[in-house]
Amino acid sequence: MSLSFRNIVLSILFIALALLPVYAKLAGDGFALTLFTRIIILALAAVSLNLILGFGGMMSFGHAAYLGIGGYAVGMLAHEGIFNGFIQWPVALLASAVFALVIGALSLRTRGVYFIMITLAFAQMAYYVVSGIARYGGDDGLTIYDRSHFFTPLNLSDKVQFYYLCLALLGGTVYLTWRIVNSRFGLVIQGSRSNDMRMRAIGFPTYRYKLACFVIAGMLCGLAGALLANHNEFISPATMYWTRSGDLIVMVVLGGMGSVAGPVLGALALLLLEEALPTVIAAALYPFLGVNASVYGEYWQIVLGPLLLLIVLFARGGVDGLLQDLSVRFTRKPRVLSS
Amino acid sequence: MTLFIEQVLNGFQFGLLLFLLAAGLTLVFGIMDLVNLAHGSLYMVGAYFAATFAALTGSFILGVLIALFLTLLVGMAVEVIAMRRLYGRDHLDHVLGTFGLILFFDEGVRLIWGPAGLSLPLPSWLLVSVPILPGITYSGYRLALITVTLAVALGLYFLVMRTRIGMLIRAGASNREMVGALGVNIKLLYTLVFGLGAALAGLAGLMQAPILTVQIGMGENILILAFVVTVIGGIGSIRGAFIGALFVGMVDTLGRSYFPDILRMLLSQNAASTAAPALSSMLIYLLMAVVLVVKPEGLFSPGHR
Repeated sequence: MSLSFRNIVLSILFIALALLPVYAKLAGDGFALTLFTRIIILALAAVSLNLILGFGGMMSFGHAAYLGIGGYAVGMLAHEGIFNGFIQWPVALLASAVFALVIGALSLRTRGVYFIMITLAFAQMAYYVVSGIARYGGDDGLTIYDRSHFFTPLNLSDKVQFYYLCLALLGGTVYLTWRIVNSRFGLVIQGSRSNDMRMRAIGFPTYRYKLACFVIAGMLCGLAGALLANHNEFISPATMYWTRSGDLIVMVVLGGMGSVAGPVLGALALLLLEEALPTVIAAALYPFLGVNASVYGEYWQIVLGPLLLLIVLFARGGVDGLLQDLSVRFTRKPRVLSS
Repeated sequence: MTLFIEQVLNGFQFGLLLFLLAAGLTLVFGIMDLVNLAHGSLYMVGAYFAATFAALTGSFILGVLIALFLTLLVGMAVEVIAMRRLYGRDHLDHVLGTFGLILFFDEGVRLIWGPAGLSLPLPSWLLVSVPILPGITYSGYRLALITVTLAVALGLYFLVMRTRIGMLIRAGASNREMVGALGVNIKLLYTLVFGLGAALAGLAGLMQAPILTVQIGMGENILILAFVVTVIGGIGSIRGAFIGALFVGMVDTLGRSYFPDILRMLLSQNAASTAAPALSSMLIYLLMAVVLVVKPEGLFSPGHR
């Protein structure tokens, strides 16, 4: 860790996230706490997606399925009267792992566009299946009457405690991902992204490596799903709709695929942008439309869509790439290659 | 028996409709190597145009023709403004860029037409029931759909395999630089191909409009089915898209109507009615999984096109 501009920004960001509940308490801003809890949970999902997308080169378009599976594991067990987190969460992880294993085993037989379409199709299958189960709410979703129960001091219904739990899990996931990426296993995964045939030629059974990586990413996202269900106290098929998978990809690319922490920046950027865009649009239209301008803030996605296209075309490095460029400019040293 | 024949025809008609979408997807992928998620948006746009202009002109046929032409224009504009810049890039870029386009189109449609759906009423001459076999009648509109889509499929085959433009399209698919070097305006060709794909999607959308309602997001569900079709048929192959589409249309339609009954024979009444809706929506994905296990590159991969 050098003291580059990027690392300073990341450190400040982390401290800010850690101190957010204090601000929320002092300012009485409950919304900020809720918003940032959601951002942190989705950041966790994006970090898990980055493991296969950024480092493994596996373009999964079905990652939101695990959000739903993890969430439904919690929701269904709660519906049956089991609130013990030590049962709920392992089940969530296990269910995600099994789904990832089956889907991965089939999809990893293919490459490129096929892989995108197949993961998308299987995630959509999961969506329809869940929508069809009447016992657990079907289309309407499932209300979760209490958050997961753990041992006594830890109370998930306490919003501050829950926030710190999510933040700690995000930190843990980023660390775990960093360790995985820099391990022998991670190097094989990255090698197979660059040249799968060569990796196989030197004797690595890359299919198995990639499948293991796919399952790990699925499990981590399942954890995010369990957190999300607890956060919303509600789970519905919409959680796993394919546009949610698209959102996760946007977070990864927006943040920067090259680094472990990138997706966290991406999640922050995308979700804060979503919060801010309606206001920005209304303000921009105010000189022309006056009071009516606020109506058009509702149509913020019409700005977000082309913005995504522009980011794809002109800013592929994402936020993290930008920070690294700035680091170089500030230190005038050779570009910092961070992991 | 009557019901069975009707369901088979419905499956056939749905399959042909899927073919129109899948053909556009697979053409654009085979020739430009572009993954276009926004294909479903063009389907939606076609339906909205048709509903609007049919109401405006008071004529179904006129509305449909205007809608087709406008969807073609929208497609070509999208190609010139956005898609052209994505050629030759990573597939992930295509996915993200076209995902942005979906957001744009969905929100744009909501801005122009509002959140409530539209309907495209059929003219009286299409509302008739036609006797197809002694004692069996079938919806005249669906028969018209089958005729039109079959004609379009034949026309497409003729266009790609038997005309000069089709020859250029096929040549462009195998070697872009070489075709360009021989003096063909490859940019214009690509714009035309994209517009053609858009018009096919628009046609599918406006034909489905009288059966379902015209609403935002209508293109997204059917787009995933079109993906399944292209995966089964082999991406880049029009013949594969045709056979895959009929296969998926048949399995989906027949599965939804008969699978619950079959399940009821195997399981208890109660278990069957709980599991049936979930399981019958899984059928086509299971079909896709089986195809993938047997032939990972699809049934008609472009290698032997």
